[in-house]
Amino acid sequence: MKAKETKTQEIQSVPSKKGEIHPMENLLRMDRMPHIWCPSCGIGLAVTAFASALEKANIDPNKISIVSGIGCTGRVAGYVKLDSFHTTHGRPIAFGTGIRVANPKIKVVVFSGDGDLIAIGGNHFIHAARRNIDMLVVCVNNFIYAMTGGQVAPTTPLAAYATTSPYGCVEPPFNIPYIADSSGAVYVARWTTLHIRRLINSLAEALQKKGFSVVEVISPCGMYYSRINKLGDGLDMMKFYHDNVEIRHGEDTKNLDIGFQTKIICGKFVDRERPSYMERYNQWLSDVKGGSRDEG
Amino acid sequence: MKANPTDVLTGIYYIDGDVAAGYGALAAGCKLVAGYPITPSTEAFEAMCRKGPQVGTVFIQMEDEFGSISAVLGAVWSGVKSMTITSGPGYSLMMESIGFGAMLETPFVLLNIQRGGPSTGVPTKTGQADMMQSRWGSHGDYELIAISPDSPQEMFDYTIKAFNLAEKYRCPVMIMSDECVGHMTEKVVIPEADKIEIEPRRFYKGPPEEYLPFSPDPDLVPKIAKAGDGLGLYITGRVHDERGYPVKNEEFKAKYVRRLVDKIRLNKDKIIELKEESTDDADVVVVSYGISSRVAVKGVEIARQKGIKVGALRLVTVWPFPDEKIIDLAKKVKAFVVPEINYGQIVFDVARCCHGQANVVLIPHGGAGVHNPLDISDAIESAAKEDKKIEGVVEFKTRLEKIVFERGLKLKE
Repeated sequence: MKAKETKTQEIQSVPSKKGEIHPMENLLRMDRMPHIWCPSCGIGLAVTAFASALEKANIDPNKISIVSGIGCTGRVAGYVKLDSFHTTHGRPIAFGTGIRVANPKIKVVVFSGDGDLIAIGGNHFIHAARRNIDMLVVCVNNFIYAMTGGQVAPTTPLAAYATTSPYGCVEPPFNIPYIADSSGAVYVARWTTLHIRRLINSLAEALQKKGFSVVEVISPCGMYYSRINKLGDGLDMMKFYHDNVEIRHGEDTKNLDIGFQTKIICGKFVDRERPSYMERYNQWLSDVKGGSRDEG
Repeated sequence: MKANPTDVLTGIYYIDGDVAAGYGALAAGCKLVAGYPITPSTEAFEAMCRKGPQVGTVFIQMEDEFGSISAVLGAVWSGVKSMTITSGPGYSLMMESIGFGAMLETPFVLLNIQRGGPSTGVPTKTGQADMMQSRWGSHGDYELIAISPDSPQEMFDYTIKAFNLAEKYRCPVMIMSDECVGHMTEKVVIPEADKIEIEPRRFYKGPPEEYLPFSPDPDLVPKIAKAGDGLGLYITGRVHDERGYPVKNEEFKAKYVRRLVDKIRLNKDKIIELKEESTDDADVVVVSYGISSRVAVKGVEIARQKGIKVGALRLVTVWPFPDEKIIDLAKKVKAFVVPEINYGQIVFDVARCCHGQANVVLIPHGGAGVHNPLDISDAIESAAKEDKKIEGVVEFKTRLEKIVFERGLKLKE
């Protein structure tokens, strides 16, 4: 009984006008608001897009688990009203693999940042793509380690500044769609947080896809990436996306490198069919045993 | 609850400890095993991959140890029992996620077939030098349970017990075996399913809106749930309140982490299993675990033939440590002799509990082999003869050490 009281109390403490309900209240944990993201950050837009995509894709939210790692985007799981898992740094894909393989009725969405998924978690990323685990990976790419205060990331464009590349980044960055494509992902797209409608459509499409799908979301970090590189505020970065994004569906993923303040190519690059891990596993099981597990 | 008959490979086998542990996990209802090959633990993973499909257990060989333990944690939260298997360097790699598992109160089992360390060490030979790592390896305060079997039959039996303890206390359970027991081939009897007791998962069954994933029962252990049940779980490695929501004030930190520690400490009596023999009138008690306890049997026997009153205390459960037992014995005995295949780990906990009331002798071993029983009997004999109290831990000079350090070691040997 005591437990129930605590819950109600928390919900009441959310500042809202009487009778007003947030349109996404059924998908967001309103009792956790306000969120931690800075003004001008794009992660909130990515979350809103994801919530809209969930409604659009018409999937039972009770059957979706959202898994995040560590970092600014790592906090996403905690704001979405699904089964949320905020795991260790770099491991959400491996954690999600365990969920999916042990219980194929659950759809896994990994929502994390570029550092978490491509640096420390890079190995899990390529192997989950190779296995073609049924999973949607939303990778918010803000070109920097923001949670720790703006260090260089494996996605930081050449020559861009960060606190640990104070004279400009000397390492060439990863091209995320290219890694995903060459490792075997069945769906690869890239959008910025300016392209909300396209992003929603893309996420909804990827949610229904069987296999390993990757949607990269280029997102402004007004506090760290933008400030140290003198790129203006969030609005300036959105303006930059507006002027410099080129949409090229089906573009060869080799051509998707992002330089410092260069053109960003967005679109849906890969959409193909490959047997997923569970399909292969069940096929194998029925070959050796004459029966298969339930496929969700 | 009894074991599910389809999970139990009933029969009489002649198998090694690794395989026996694998069959034990299947019997306990482990439905996902994720691993990464590493000597000398691989046979256990292989056995589960071979027999898994027969009993409906899914196996996946992950890309590394980070991946295998993370997949295990994910599998547990999707509702199944799960285990990973590793050794040496792989165990070190898993440390972060062991703490994560303890923080999320995730019931899972980790089988560590210890090998000679540090680093790559002697991969194909034995060691017992991960004992402290199993207790303190992950950062922060937490408690877990560690069991140390000493025969293939025990590998089967105690793997089931490990799963039961994990479910009962919602914590990681380590099976701290070693290469010797892992590769020892003996008769293993797998009984009928109705002879095997299985602890079911403590699933929450009340109304969804009232569920608090971290609100404890009177035994300090909360009810667990699984993904996909519409409970809107929020599971985080951050310090959290009863809803699972992160909090960072010191009151919550104190409350939550205190409970993580207390749920094991205050249930110690129910968790700890010891095997005690002739300690009532003993002058010297040999404290040992795992393969060393098997070697110690011979050492004790030789000492008894010489007329020395020796008792034996075998730590089947190493963590939580049986403080009270050692404190109790220290009042009665002259000395404790602790043979372990390392340069002193559990011996320091024995000494801690002694409060200087009895002498404590360590029989060290560098690994890649087991103790010579004559060293154990000699150590018992000299400990029985020693009349003055010696502070701290006394190190017994073994035959091996004498050969190596007094006669010198030629490279060609």
